[in-house]
Amino acid sequence: MKHTLGVLVENQPGVLSRVAGLFSGRGFNIESLTVAETLDPQISHITLVTTGDEMIMEQIVKQLNKLVNVIKVIDFREVKFVDREMVLIKVKAEANTRSEALRIVDIFRGKVVDVSPNFFTIEVTGDEGKIQAILDLLNQQGIVEVVRTGKVAIARSRKNSTKK
Amino acid sequence: MKLTGAQIFFECLKAEGVEVVFGLPGGAVIDLYDEMPKHDIRHILVRHEQGATHMADGYARATGKVGVCLVTSGPGATNTVTGIATAYCDSIPIVVFTGQVPTPLIGNDAFQEADIVGITRPCTKHNYLVKDVRDLARVIREAFFLARSGRPGPVLVDLPKDVIISKADFNYPKKLEMKGYKPTTEAHMGQIKRAYKAIAKAKRPVIYAGGGVILSSGAKELKQLGEKLMCPVTTTLMGLGGFPAPHELWLGMLGMHGTFRANMAVANSDVLIAIGARFDDRVTGKLDEFAPSAKIIHIDIDPTSISKNVKVDIPIVGDCKDALKKLLQLVKESPIDDLEKVRKPWLDQIKKWKETYPLAYEQRDDLIKPQYVVEKLYELSEGKGIISTEVGQNQMWAAQYYHFSKPRTLLTSGGLGTMGYGLPAAIGAQAAFPDRLVIDVAGDGSIQMCIQELITAVENNLPVKVAILNNQYLGMVRQWQQLFYEQQYCATCLKMAPDFVKLAEAYGAVGLRATKPSEVEQVIKEAFATPKPVVMDFVVNPEECVYPMVPAGAATTEMILV
Repeated sequence: MKHTLGVLVENQPGVLSRVAGLFSGRGFNIESLTVAETLDPQISHITLVTTGDEMIMEQIVKQLNKLVNVIKVIDFREVKFVDREMVLIKVKAEANTRSEALRIVDIFRGKVVDVSPNFFTIEVTGDEGKIQAILDLLNQQGIVEVVRTGKVAIARSRKNSTKK
Repeated sequence: MKLTGAQIFFECLKAEGVEVVFGLPGGAVIDLYDEMPKHDIRHILVRHEQGATHMADGYARATGKVGVCLVTSGPGATNTVTGIATAYCDSIPIVVFTGQVPTPLIGNDAFQEADIVGITRPCTKHNYLVKDVRDLARVIREAFFLARSGRPGPVLVDLPKDVIISKADFNYPKKLEMKGYKPTTEAHMGQIKRAYKAIAKAKRPVIYAGGGVILSSGAKELKQLGEKLMCPVTTTLMGLGGFPAPHELWLGMLGMHGTFRANMAVANSDVLIAIGARFDDRVTGKLDEFAPSAKIIHIDIDPTSISKNVKVDIPIVGDCKDALKKLLQLVKESPIDDLEKVRKPWLDQIKKWKETYPLAYEQRDDLIKPQYVVEKLYELSEGKGIISTEVGQNQMWAAQYYHFSKPRTLLTSGGLGTMGYGLPAAIGAQAAFPDRLVIDVAGDGSIQMCIQELITAVENNLPVKVAILNNQYLGMVRQWQQLFYEQQYCATCLKMAPDFVKLAEAYGAVGLRATKPSEVEQVIKEAFATPKPVVMDFVVNPEECVYPMVPAGAATTEMILV
């Protein structure tokens, strides 16, 4: 079962290596990992997708919290969240398939960001299901290369909150 | 006034109350050594950096203070790795300062450069590379705080040469701001109440205590709790000394080489109270059959230890001593009715187990039994020694036959199992307590792994006593080969060995030897009476095994008893 975690860390050299080393050293999986600064330049946000049963997930969260440079771990199993991933797809676009490729891109609200005589490069953003769907469809045209950002996730704001 | 990095370094050590530094100089730290004589700090020059880390570790275990080492860059730093990992596995507070090449050279494969922060990341509690002298005081303050607080552990601080020689204002920070480090020390009262409710209902409770009780200085409270609940107590190897061994509630150590009654008691318990222990595989054996019918209460300061190996019913995160005090308070407020009557059948059962298979060995007239040597060490030191051990059979016999009754009297590499630990650890403890009797129970294999530190003991007048249980084998591996590998003693024979008596003499220590049981007592007496480091070479039965033994991966009730 895949799980998504948000990890707020101090923005310092070596911190990513501590997080990554924790996973490799303890035999946990990393499905994807993205990291960038937050509004506070001293803090970075890592979105991490991992797999594991209940006991392993508990360990992962605890072990992350134990790292001195980790400020907070957001376990998205416990909160509602939105996640997105961006993908760049280089797909074959020959005379007879160009219009079909464009139609698919259009349906998925993607963008063609680069064109050449034989290829389109497409940018598309979405959750896992949407990304998988467009990859499946474009695969029929012939995908040459795919580069994914990995998932980013953010907790949904509380709907019943009276605070402004 | 601005101070150099080197001056700041020593001001920080002073502020932390550091009395002694174990170290070895080199190019990258020469400026620190140049500054050293101007400060009131004792330096013990080691002969190998691994020795420095084990000494700092032994010092820390014996005193409860933070042990400190100082070594140079590159090989000096990499030589500390085993010692750091040893301290990490057993949660021992040490701070290791390593030299580093100047910051502009970092990453250039400079002479004696090693990425020691990268190398030690997984075996330190935390580590630092100081890139600016203005950060130095804060980093050292944080390093000591991290090492001793929460679940203690080793912290490494890497000091580039240019940082040591550049200048900055010195302010030792009073307050620390560490956003990501806030250990829970206070045990949650609600959880304590839940735990006590379960304990009060228990018919067959067992306390299983570990090194956490010693680290939190909670031995007194543990004894009180055991007595107030009339609850039998076992400890892990790391917990020995946390509960007085000559006590009617004492079960002995549990696990792979634990006593029959300890393992049987745990297996048959209905409530297991784990305190500062981590359900290590050497303790649990086959997990499915470990305390199968027990409700498990687990007190530990480190949340990651809880439900890591064994699913815990009542977790309590917090300092062991704090939790024990709170439990004692509840016992006082609402004592268990008819405690003696309730407990009698359980204590009777345990007595039966004890009588059926007590810890024992067969004494002989012609051959020295290693267990006999440890028993004599116990008897002749009146149980007052600080005992360090190497790793293997010597370690287990020391654990079984030296009946520890006070905390911080056993220094042993429990988690990592580091051969070569005992001698330097003994030296570290002796440096802290010059007047106490410090004994390293060693094997002929292990002792050779850090034997060079004998000269450190001689040079510094640290009269440690080394008792080599010389069986001419890597004994524990040989025992496994005997029991599980059809007696093919591949690469475990150490018949080609130095003459340990002559070796001791070559180092300027005293060497003594016993080859017959009748000589054992005399040798020990003479060693204890000698105010110098002494190596005692006890030529023991080569094929003696440590029993009981639970084969790796078996249930702890499946013990090989003789």
